Amino acid sequence: MRNGIRRAGKCDLQPVAGNGLLDRRALFRAGAAMAAGAGFARSANATGPLQIEPWMREVGAPFVPYGQPSHFENKVARIFATLPGTTGTGASRTPLHALEGTITPNGLHFERSHDGIPEIDPTAHQLLIHGLVRRPLSFTVEALSRYPTVSRIAFIECGGNGGALYQKSPVQLGVQGLHGLLSCAEWTGVPLAILLDEAGVDPKARWILAEGADAASMSRSVPLAKAMDDAIVALYQNGERIRPGNGYPMRLLLPGFEGNTNVKWLRRIKLTDGPMMTKDETSKYTISLPDGKAQQFVFPIEAKSVITRPSPGLRLDGAGVYEISGLAWSGYGRIAKVDVSADGGKSWAPALLQDPVLPMALTRFRIPWQWNGGAAVLQSRAEDESGYVQPTREQLIAERGSKTIFHYNGITSWGVSANGELAHVYA
Amino acid sequence: MSMRSLLLGGALVLFCTSESWADGPRLGRVVSPDEMAAWDISIAPDGANLPPGSGTPAQGEVVYRETCQACHGERGAGKPNDPLVGGQGTLTGEGMPIKTVGSFWPYATTLFDYVRRAMPLTAPKSLTDDQVYAVCAYILSLNGIVGPSDTMNAQTLAAVRMPNRDGFIVFSRSR
Repeated sequence: MRNGIRRAGKCDLQPVAGNGLLDRRALFRAGAAMAAGAGFARSANATGPLQIEPWMREVGAPFVPYGQPSHFENKVARIFATLPGTTGTGASRTPLHALEGTITPNGLHFERSHDGIPEIDPTAHQLLIHGLVRRPLSFTVEALSRYPTVSRIAFIECGGNGGALYQKSPVQLGVQGLHGLLSCAEWTGVPLAILLDEAGVDPKARWILAEGADAASMSRSVPLAKAMDDAIVALYQNGERIRPGNGYPMRLLLPGFEGNTNVKWLRRIKLTDGPMMTKDETSKYTISLPDGKAQQFVFPIEAKSVITRPSPGLRLDGAGVYEISGLAWSGYGRIAKVDVSADGGKSWAPALLQDPVLPMALTRFRIPWQWNGGAAVLQSRAEDESGYVQPTREQLIAERGSKTIFHYNGITSWGVSANGELAHVYA
Repeated sequence: MSMRSLLLGGALVLFCTSESWADGPRLGRVVSPDEMAAWDISIAPDGANLPPGSGTPAQGEVVYRETCQACHGERGAGKPNDPLVGGQGTLTGEGMPIKTVGSFWPYATTLFDYVRRAMPLTAPKSLTDDQVYAVCAYILSLNGIVGPSDTMNAQTLAAVRMPNRDGFIVFSRSR
């Protein structure tokens, strides 16, 4: 039982690791939550006699065709940086610190665009499959909508996410600024293998080139084996048509592969005998090593995790019990384990993994923590089902150097100070 | 029926399902090579699919000043966007590498492919094939990779050997 609520008779608030980490199930046990008491949600507004509020005395708002979050939540928003002189070329980042669960709302999914977000008329859009095939075919959106579909919950992470952690001193940003090029959605569409089978794959084909219909016509080469295995031509994102910034009307979904290969606004797939060596698989998205060489075609995202709550920008409101919550993911399969440390990695305790734990999807982890009001350093460390353990920042840089911004998957540390504020630190 | 034959039956059903997917609804329209010519813009590293046309560094300099320099600086020096020239010697040692066409890009074909599809940022796909060859010739000559009067075309561009051609290792997960 991974996360069943167990009602043990005893109240177990004895730390299981340094600096106050509690058993991952402690708060589910009878009495423990009560004992925890202070620390959670002490609010000045929540004192005094209970009132009949104005919204209980008046007619509520009308229906709207497409709903929006409460205006009280208007700070839960993407932040973005753009190339000089542009407004839609660059990246927008998901506010991971303000979200719970594992599914990213569509309006908050991160975006990376190489020359703005195209406005594509779905009735004019076509997907061409050609190259080393028996019959080059083009498919309209309407045609694809009649094919067998599959749904799959998958994370997408930009190959450059976390790149700031290669820098010599800790960049003072929160989880959104540092790791916000990461999101997770339920994607629905047509298995690419079906379309490739219809076109008739030539035995000489080894790779595909996937190309977008954006102004940059962004293109990447991907091994044919991945295309035949679990690639999806996705039409839907969390139940609705894919958002323009995420590839409307269709994108390639390659579960676990670095974000850039999940080509948005997909218009063309060419089967080839080798990679095309496009700009984004040579001059970008390659990992420069200290010896001058660069690793190329680094496709699956290695196991990684980060604590989202508490994290910089949020504040602890006095000593007491808090839930530490975060996200873990791996492009190589399921997350097997997440350990959390409150003392900068000296001691670790296993976190509870929230079901469902799906391959190549974000996994939510949680663990209760008794903050004593003093200095602490919070860390998380993921292990995936292949046995790979997320490295420390020092281990990653010892192995790879820091001449790159790509594929940072080392541990992130949040320093907690006595006033309850958090900051990005190296520990 | 034994458990074994039940399991086999289940496996057959799954097999048939995937087979019928392979047959598919067949709603794709067959496209002729002529029809797809405007879309088929990707250039292979051996030069396959490079179009007819040509250009010289001198011709490229004119195009560059007009359409590229505002973002990539005089003579490819960079700023506000990526530098296209220089950076030799920065791939090793301390500090971030300066990755330019000259110091880093492994194939000259990538330059043609990328410029034609995506540049200039404000008017992508607006250059003629001759202009793209010319800009490639200019940038390669600024990097000292081709001579100042070398003409670039489908044959000569494909034959260019880039300085960092052997600078890449295909990643494999090491344990």
